[in-house]
Amino acid sequence: MKENADTVVVAGVGIMPVGEHWELSLRHLALEAISAAQSDAGGIRPQALYVANMLAPALSGQSHLGALLADFAGMRGVEASTIEAAGASGGVAVRHAYLALKSGAIDVALVLGVEKVTDKASGQVQAALATGTDSEYEAIQGITLNAQAALLMQRYLFEHDAPKDSLAGFSLTAHQNAVSNPNAMFRKAIKPEQYANSPIISEPLNTFDVAPLADGAAALVLARASALPDGHDLPRVLIAGSATATSALAVHDRPDPLTLAAAKQSAGEAMLQAALSPEDIGLFELHDSFSIFGALSLEAAGFADRGRGWKLAQNGDISLTGDIPIATFGGSKARGDPGAATGIYQLAEATLQLQGRANQNQVSDAAIAMTQCLGGSGATASTHILRRAN
Amino acid sequence: MNRFAGMETSQHWRLKQQRYSLVGEVCPHCTSKIFPPRDICPDCGEDARDIYQFSGRGEVYSHTTVYQAPSGHTENAPYPVAIVRLEEGPLVTAQLTDLGSEPVEIGTPVEMVTRKLGADGERGMLVYGYKFRPAVAER
Repeated sequence: MKENADTVVVAGVGIMPVGEHWELSLRHLALEAISAAQSDAGGIRPQALYVANMLAPALSGQSHLGALLADFAGMRGVEASTIEAAGASGGVAVRHAYLALKSGAIDVALVLGVEKVTDKASGQVQAALATGTDSEYEAIQGITLNAQAALLMQRYLFEHDAPKDSLAGFSLTAHQNAVSNPNAMFRKAIKPEQYANSPIISEPLNTFDVAPLADGAAALVLARASALPDGHDLPRVLIAGSATATSALAVHDRPDPLTLAAAKQSAGEAMLQAALSPEDIGLFELHDSFSIFGALSLEAAGFADRGRGWKLAQNGDISLTGDIPIATFGGSKARGDPGAATGIYQLAEATLQLQGRANQNQVSDAAIAMTQCLGGSGATASTHILRRAN
Repeated sequence: MNRFAGMETSQHWRLKQQRYSLVGEVCPHCTSKIFPPRDICPDCGEDARDIYQFSGRGEVYSHTTVYQAPSGHTENAPYPVAIVRLEEGPLVTAQLTDLGSEPVEIGTPVEMVTRKLGADGERGMLVYGYKFRPAVAER
């Protein structure tokens, strides 16, 4: 891809460890990530702040995060607002920043993903998350995101005649990759027996099929190539494709609940923009908040046929040395699930891969990466393709 | 007061036709049956506001159990939930109830019944709605 003045570059990344940050409030989590990203980018000043967040109004009693965080992070005055699309918020926020940069309206944007969940009890968190489903026809029935994933997994195993442990590989791979990630919540590999014997959350979904939702914040500085200062010496990573798509909000309103239509559409559009096909992608940071989404996302993006995604998790294809590495820093499963910030973590991690800064998690010769985050049970999907400049 | 599912009385009231009697719509253009009602046909994109009374019969498309319930539902946990394929075509998300000793499976015939979904706190309004039970003729 030729680098033009309007090419959008990832100029810097900042990542906070995902976990239980009892000592940090939402604004302090955000500040840490913003400061890290700005420092990584060599101190260039953003003209706009995009905040990806879903749960602050329900769990912290705080909305209006744009003004709050721009001011708190020393950017008082800049254009700033929240972008909300449940778990897809991060990718959607990057998409909005990308459009503003492409248009030339701004030269430098800061995109922050932040979520503070550990101040509230589990029932309140489950209820807040369930507001991302169809509240009148799903949440009212006591459905949770866990239950929706379980319903999809149950149907998947039935329709595709897949064994009970067929999705174990997603969890095993994520935990293996998180061992060497200092920002990961669970830095411990697990064995197949541990997966098989773990407690049931909602049958057939077990503890290791579910990513742990926790506090997190990550930030990206995005800039037009023409706006980068001369001293910016990080390897160039460009956004080569950017697309967001939606499907029916309620799972029961989708013609085929086992096809993530929004994921398929956004991946297809992003690949079309970048003039790439699945075999060109060197690694894929997919949305593994549940192991079933790993399989469905691989199928939606074209890495596997319908009903065959689980096979890639069985034979090592998704490991760091496989054909299509996923969750290279542990993914939501083991790095930890930062809710609406997921997409920002994915893009930050993919950038580190393409810059050769992934240390023990490095995918060798990574030149092209795809990221995709999902909102709810896949009603929104936002896909980005990053490319290392030649 | 602690509102059930965070919804006000007026929100529940507006949904009474759907909730109590599974009333949806039929598209006058392509004859698709629509539940929940949405006024624009998801299949052909045309206006679809003709009332349609669903039979309440269907079969289990998928099922599971909620153990970690959201606030408002905790006193009923654990409870079984399902996606049901109505015999007229649409899928609907609902709790299962009146389960006998036979295990629920994908394909189990079910029928709609009206049951209590929850309440606005201990002395507040009761919220009723559809649930599904194994079809009586099949038991």
